[in-house]
Amino acid sequence: MFKTIVQYRQFIWSCVKREFQSRYRKSLLGSAWAVINPLAMIIVYTVIFSQVMKAKLPGIDSTFGYSIFLCAGTLTWGLFAEIIGRSTTVFLDNANILKKINFPRICLPVAIICTAIINFLIISFLFLMFLIFTGNFPGIEILAIVPLLLILILFSAGLGITLGVLNVFFRDVGQMVGILLQFWFWFTPIVYPPTIIPIWARGFLAWNPMTQIVRAFQIIFVEKRWPDMEGPLIVAVLSVGLCMLALRLYRRHVGEMVDEL
Amino acid sequence: MSTSIQVSNLGKGYKQYPNQWSRLLEWIIPTNRIRHHVKWILKDINFTVQAGQALGIIGMNGAGKSTLLKIITGTSYQTTGDVQIYGKVAALLELGMGFHPDFTGRQNAIMSGQLMGYSLAEIMDHMENIEDFAEIGTAIDEPVRTYSSGMQVRLAFSVATAIRPDVLIVDEALSVGDAYFQHKSFARIREFREQGTTLLLVSHDKAAIQSICDRAILLKDGVVFKEGKPEEIMDFYNAMIAEKGNETVRQVATESGKIQTISGTGEAEVEEIYLLNGKGNIVEIFDVGESVSLRVKVRINVSIPRLVLGYMIKDSLGQVIYGTNTYLGELTECDVEPGQDLVYDIKFQMNLGPGSYSIATALVSTDTHLANNYEWRDLALIFTVVNLTHTHFAGCVWLESQMEVTRL
Repeated sequence: MFKTIVQYRQFIWSCVKREFQSRYRKSLLGSAWAVINPLAMIIVYTVIFSQVMKAKLPGIDSTFGYSIFLCAGTLTWGLFAEIIGRSTTVFLDNANILKKINFPRICLPVAIICTAIINFLIISFLFLMFLIFTGNFPGIEILAIVPLLLILILFSAGLGITLGVLNVFFRDVGQMVGILLQFWFWFTPIVYPPTIIPIWARGFLAWNPMTQIVRAFQIIFVEKRWPDMEGPLIVAVLSVGLCMLALRLYRRHVGEMVDEL
Repeated sequence: MSTSIQVSNLGKGYKQYPNQWSRLLEWIIPTNRIRHHVKWILKDINFTVQAGQALGIIGMNGAGKSTLLKIITGTSYQTTGDVQIYGKVAALLELGMGFHPDFTGRQNAIMSGQLMGYSLAEIMDHMENIEDFAEIGTAIDEPVRTYSSGMQVRLAFSVATAIRPDVLIVDEALSVGDAYFQHKSFARIREFREQGTTLLLVSHDKAAIQSICDRAILLKDGVVFKEGKPEEIMDFYNAMIAEKGNETVRQVATESGKIQTISGTGEAEVEEIYLLNGKGNIVEIFDVGESVSLRVKVRINVSIPRLVLGYMIKDSLGQVIYGTNTYLGELTECDVEPGQDLVYDIKFQMNLGPGSYSIATALVSTDTHLANNYEWRDLALIFTVVNLTHTHFAGCVWLESQMEVTRL
């Protein structure tokens, strides 16, 4: 399977390019929107929360503390949500070519994942710029995001491909994913610090794999220290399991898939 | 010659669940209880195609032709059996290559090429060739949504055949293009075949199947109903379409080894048919331009209110050269009774080019054979035309000409 992905790398790359092209086609500013959108997000978070509302995180004294907290969380969540959301419908969206040309189908979700990563990198770059300009750059601890990102991508890919295959056979999955992501977002400490919720509920929160990842990111950027990797490692094990499930489902049902499209 | 495509015991069934819940239960409950029933679209298909051969696949809508091609292409998977295919496959299924409407023809061509497994460099090398062959001009850089269906097929065919594949699979696609492009694409297909490309063609176009295929199979209700020479299969297929109610189709071998297809309800039948030359002798070889008479003796089995005899002269590929009937000749017989045999004498000049021809007859109630088809007989008679007394000429008709040249 990895061999075929390497073999079709040019196609995957074209898919990614095409994805960006189709997103910004017929717009005057073109791919500048890929930068303007996240930039706007960062500005809103910083100006509104730090300057207008003067929101403060408990225990963090920096002006931009809450803004950085918000950005770290939404950035991470954004990558996850994009991979999940797009993978769920990837086979349905491409029914037209799936029915006509024989090619390794796994290339399609792989292209989706690559697109999401590139999007994430653009936003992260802006975010890091912002951190440097406001003197909030974490330092060497930033390296901890590399293994965290790998875990997050593995988790999202495993879950996304599983949902993508299921959605071909049970269209309810697509409907459900939208609702699930909403609940999941609020069930993850992204806009609120976990300290504001009751102790008994925090235990539940810890069971959420995304909590582990998002918390680790927030600790790196807000508290500027190495995160505790125990939680993320458990998520990594879970992710490997999910990926194996995804591959099993994919292998078993890829043949039937075209008949259902 | 080596085997190019081998299909053995191929079957395709779609799982049908009474509802979505039973599918879910079957997926999540690990016991082996089967909650679906399988609807078989293809059953026990077997055939082999040698490299460089062309196989036509014929059948009515829903016979399973497209499903078969999809499985051979690999976009759909078989339920049982096995498909072996050797070499690079290019396919035009369901009229296209899955172009994205918002992207330009060029972008789509690149994408489709990559999907087929070619590298960007290879596609770029052939881009000029693709543009030239498609002949859609500057539209190549316009979004595909502005294309007509013919233009899309032109582009799709050009992309699929830009690099000669080992196996080319075409599903009806060419019937969308105009006559000019059809000719052009058939020329390219022929050229590929000479170089060893195997062709699988699904078409309802008789001429296409007969002029390009070596062999044909007739699919009916998911099984290979008949396999043989394209002409024979096409005749059988046409007879099958005309078939109504309890009519029968049978094929008998003539003395010359050709297969005669006879179908119809049998109220009347052609008992004897022969061609007479100017001297009134029954012969099978004629000179170009000779006066001949086609004599057809018809036996009446049941009383018929209205009887029309039609005949068609076909060339060796089965293409119709000429056809007419007694309705058009104002010789419709009304209220014929059993025992009253009829003899038709049809005189004409044998203005055909040298070659082998066949005559098909039809006994019907009106001038279309789809109304009351008493008997339809393909290859009822075979004869040969030779050029004994005229100057040499090419083609299948004799159009006597007066030539003049003036020096100015």
